[in-house]
Amino acid sequence: MPKQKQLQVSAIENGTVIDHIPAASLFYVIAILGLDQIPNQTTFGANLDSHKFGKKAIIKVADKFFERDEINKISLVAPHAKLNIIRGYEVVEKRDVTIPDEVVGIVKCFNPKCVTNNEGVLTRFRVEDKEDLALKCHYCEKITSRDELQMV
Amino acid sequence: MKNKSLVSISDYSRDEILKVLELAALFEARPNQPLLRDKVVASLFFEPSTRTRLSFETAINRLGARVIGFTDASSSSTTKGETLKDTIKMVSNYADLIVMRHPLEGSARYASEQARVPVINAGDGANQHPTQTLLDLYSIKKTQGTLDNLNIYMVGDLKYGRTVHSLLMALSHFNPTFYFVAPKELAMPREYKIFLKERGIPFYELFEMGKLDQADILYMTRVQKERFSDPMEYERVKNAYVLRNAMLNGTRDNLRVLHPLPRVNEIHVDVDSNPKAYYFEQAENGVYTRMGIIAAIMGLESELTNN
Repeated sequence: MPKQKQLQVSAIENGTVIDHIPAASLFYVIAILGLDQIPNQTTFGANLDSHKFGKKAIIKVADKFFERDEINKISLVAPHAKLNIIRGYEVVEKRDVTIPDEVVGIVKCFNPKCVTNNEGVLTRFRVEDKEDLALKCHYCEKITSRDELQMV
Repeated sequence: MKNKSLVSISDYSRDEILKVLELAALFEARPNQPLLRDKVVASLFFEPSTRTRLSFETAINRLGARVIGFTDASSSSTTKGETLKDTIKMVSNYADLIVMRHPLEGSARYASEQARVPVINAGDGANQHPTQTLLDLYSIKKTQGTLDNLNIYMVGDLKYGRTVHSLLMALSHFNPTFYFVAPKELAMPREYKIFLKERGIPFYELFEMGKLDQADILYMTRVQKERFSDPMEYERVKNAYVLRNAMLNGTRDNLRVLHPLPRVNEIHVDVDSNPKAYYFEQAENGVYTRMGIIAAIMGLESELTNN
């Protein structure tokens, strides 16, 4: 079994492994973290078998260590993501992501009449409920919930 | 409050609300006080609203300031494709204060972030209309002598009516008891009921007005046919939310009937001559309240109270 895992995604010497991403959220996570814009060697796997999710995705970024604020941004699409910080091929730290109090520029306001959807305004939400996910728009004051969640 | 924009009623604390109402009362006693003689106020109406605009422009004129602006978007550069941001940036070079009505929700908050001068929200789509709320509060305080411990009936469309939502939030500072009278389809949304529960404010939900003998304020709103998914349902309930003069028999002497106007048929004309009908005076109070708001934002408080 371990051998097969190595075949799926190769190990990195230093960097970060983001595991337990829901398969459907992989490309959102890539976009939110801007991984399509960085020069680092990056490996990602989609639709891997997972006990927890059925299908999961995993991302390995070499020589990259995320700030907590930065990584918490992915909590909206990957609330159960686990970070493994790798140094010298060893996992030196494991981290969870937490939903931040404020969400800026990631999520689209679901209200079509909101100024953010019509005047090119950067979105901003206050997180009113972290369990059920309720994002209150700083502008139109409407609540966007998980069912209506769309990335910008 | 000086130089602070008024976008949402929740921007004002209890004390700030009371301060504005105090200033409004001073203006009602002496309406012509040209304290803003050397100021220019921009009145930007991206959608027409004659009632609100005239009320604001009257308030500005009574304060002695000059008004610049437009009365609907077709006479602004919006038709040339100018963004809201650019219009606001440009106007804040000219004016000392901006009054804005815009159809997009959240536009007022955004404008307040872009402008170098304070912005007063005169309605941003279905979102907020805080000056309406303050004039409602002024009317309640003037007729009841207080804002505290009142029984407030809200009748009609409690789901989409932004005036009732803002009024509810503002009154939450003053220990009210609410009675919500609405058809099921237009009931008070859950988020506002949660808001009240969190603050321990009692409320009752009713399907018809009933005796009204406990009411201090009867706040009527329009029940619009378009709001119903089933037209049969509208026909069935529409008469339950119409106030007639006879229904005011046996009510408290201090009861006043308020309505944000325009009304259609939800208050029968036979109520108009009843001394408890207050909706036309309510509209007049709008001018004093807006003078009070402008005075607070422009920092005229000391000049007023020293006079």
